[in-house]
Amino acid sequence: MSVTPTMSAPTARTSPAFLAASADNWRLALVLGVAVSAAAAAALPAAVAFWIVGAMAALVAVAFAVNAYRRRYYGGLLVAPAIAVLFTMNIFPLLWSLGLSFFAYQSNQQSIRFVGLGNYIKVLTNDIAAADNWHALTNTAMFVVLTVTAQMVVGFLLAMLFAKQFPLRKYLLILVLTPMMLSVVASGVFFTYYYDPTFGILSYVMNGIAGGQFILMDNKAGAVAGIVFADAWMWSPFVMLLVLAGLVSVPKYLYEAAAIDRVSAWRRFWTITFPYIRGLLMLALLFRTIEAFKLADLVILLTKGGNDTMTISYHLIRIANEQNKTSEGAAISYVMLFMVIVLTNLYLYLANRRNRES
Amino acid sequence: MASGPSIWERIGFRRSRGVAEAGWGRTLVVAGVSLVYFLPVLFIIFTAIKPQELALSVPPTLSPTSLFGLIPDRFVFTPTLENFGSVFSRVMTAGGLPEATGFDRFFFNSIVIATVSVLLALVLGTLAAYGFSRYPLKGNDTYLFIILTTRMLPAIVVIIPVILMFRAVGLSGSYSGIILLYTAFNLAFTIWMMKSFFDELSTDVEDAARIDGSSEARVFRKICLPQVVAGLAATFVFGLILTWNEFLFALLLTGPDTRTVPVAMNQAVSSGGRGTDWTLLAAIETLFLIPVFLVTFFLQEHLLRGVTFGTVRK
Repeated sequence: MSVTPTMSAPTARTSPAFLAASADNWRLALVLGVAVSAAAAAALPAAVAFWIVGAMAALVAVAFAVNAYRRRYYGGLLVAPAIAVLFTMNIFPLLWSLGLSFFAYQSNQQSIRFVGLGNYIKVLTNDIAAADNWHALTNTAMFVVLTVTAQMVVGFLLAMLFAKQFPLRKYLLILVLTPMMLSVVASGVFFTYYYDPTFGILSYVMNGIAGGQFILMDNKAGAVAGIVFADAWMWSPFVMLLVLAGLVSVPKYLYEAAAIDRVSAWRRFWTITFPYIRGLLMLALLFRTIEAFKLADLVILLTKGGNDTMTISYHLIRIANEQNKTSEGAAISYVMLFMVIVLTNLYLYLANRRNRES
Repeated sequence: MASGPSIWERIGFRRSRGVAEAGWGRTLVVAGVSLVYFLPVLFIIFTAIKPQELALSVPPTLSPTSLFGLIPDRFVFTPTLENFGSVFSRVMTAGGLPEATGFDRFFFNSIVIATVSVLLALVLGTLAAYGFSRYPLKGNDTYLFIILTTRMLPAIVVIIPVILMFRAVGLSGSYSGIILLYTAFNLAFTIWMMKSFFDELSTDVEDAARIDGSSEARVFRKICLPQVVAGLAATFVFGLILTWNEFLFALLLTGPDTRTVPVAMNQAVSSGGRGTDWTLLAAIETLFLIPVFLVTFFLQEHLLRGVTFGTVRK
């Protein structure tokens, strides 16, 4: 990156001939790379072949980079390193598990057999497996609605509290942000303590008020409430931070003008404040919905899926990790991914349409 | 008559305020709410300085001080720093001598892995975001959506191929493996966030610099980058908070030498079959909270300004 093109550099160079040993001859590098990689993968053990394939990938990448630089494809040049990392660590494993979902494969067995759409048919229609999946999915939908609603409402109200500048604001804000920074292991385990029927603080307080033994988690409503409360407590600060960022960005002269015109607080909110936070509310909603679909850790720590609180993500961990049904798990997750993508696109479409209208 | 603000006005009791300012009244209200919100964290911190035998006492002990008699004695405990010591060295077997727990190493691992991967993601992600923003490729939006998609699947789906891949090439249990993985997982968020910051910048100054003969690299370094410092800080904090507490990948992909604190914490408090060691857990979490708390506190102003700048102003 240190070399900089001068204004006199030609904007369009011709491509090098196929066999020219030039640093920007990416066609030759690609053919050579694929050939050597294939030979190495076929003939050598995986640990050695990997590094050879890696070196070949680097060679091809360098050829592409030099080519892009000489011909001024800056976009590709800038994006490529990030895409390369994302591809090896995320997209390639994703495609791998997509492939696995068409096979019968268990991670504790050697055998692997092609079954086509068999896994998908099983997870969607089988009497036992599909019933569990749909049930976990319904529970997840319930958790998504409840936790996201709670986070949006609490986060929004907290942001309204912090919207104005006041003494010590900086120090109070960090107190509210702290729950987000806790490790979910620690906060989840401590919530089991707060809810504990014998030692817990909640039961101690409730016993004092109502008398008798108060047990929160002994029915579905209580267990769900416990999980939703813990999750909303941890992640409302995230929503708060985004909304607050919107609130502090509203130009002050708008409020001053509104004060002169004696606009009511209600109207002031909808006509001045809301347009500034709408985009951020939407962003918070998007990120929290994606995360809520993945809710598993708190359920594992608080109820272990008992009292009918199994979520699809925890169900998936059980199937893929504890029962070693790798390919079945992959099939479930792709059904789930499909739903999240549909939801996200619907949502991005609505958000864009609102933007265009205003 | 004295001119200038009076002493009352200086500490907040101003007679006339701007529309975006409030006084000590607001401070009192918000302090009440914030303290209630902070209580569960405060309880964890207090548990960290509690004598071990009081961890599960009924009624629960709530405070290290009686606040001049305000809190009844049965809720008060005598604070101790013992638990912090036992994070790093404690008796493992009955009747044995205290042994080192290796937590100094785990804290070091957490700091190195989180910092390096978040910074790496920040460098790669910022370059990519600049590319997506300034030199749109064919199908730019499609690339961006695919990048977002990588955050939608539960980690467990990616983990099985990643484990197989890491085992095959010997990256399992190494620093580079987990750092690369975390880098990839931070990239999606970094790219989306930084792209929105670059999109907000006015291109007039950049074009002027180009006409004056600045190279593309110089325009990026001298003109664009200084304008998004706030965004870099905000992205860094968000990435740090998420990476710092990541559990599942760390559990499955780190070895004894590269173990991070969340994994070690989980093992330390549930080993030995004696149930949860509450004071130990609280002590680890309290120590573990300090670095990320300090970073967030010092970058707080950037955090607010940064997010604002990036996503709202159009």
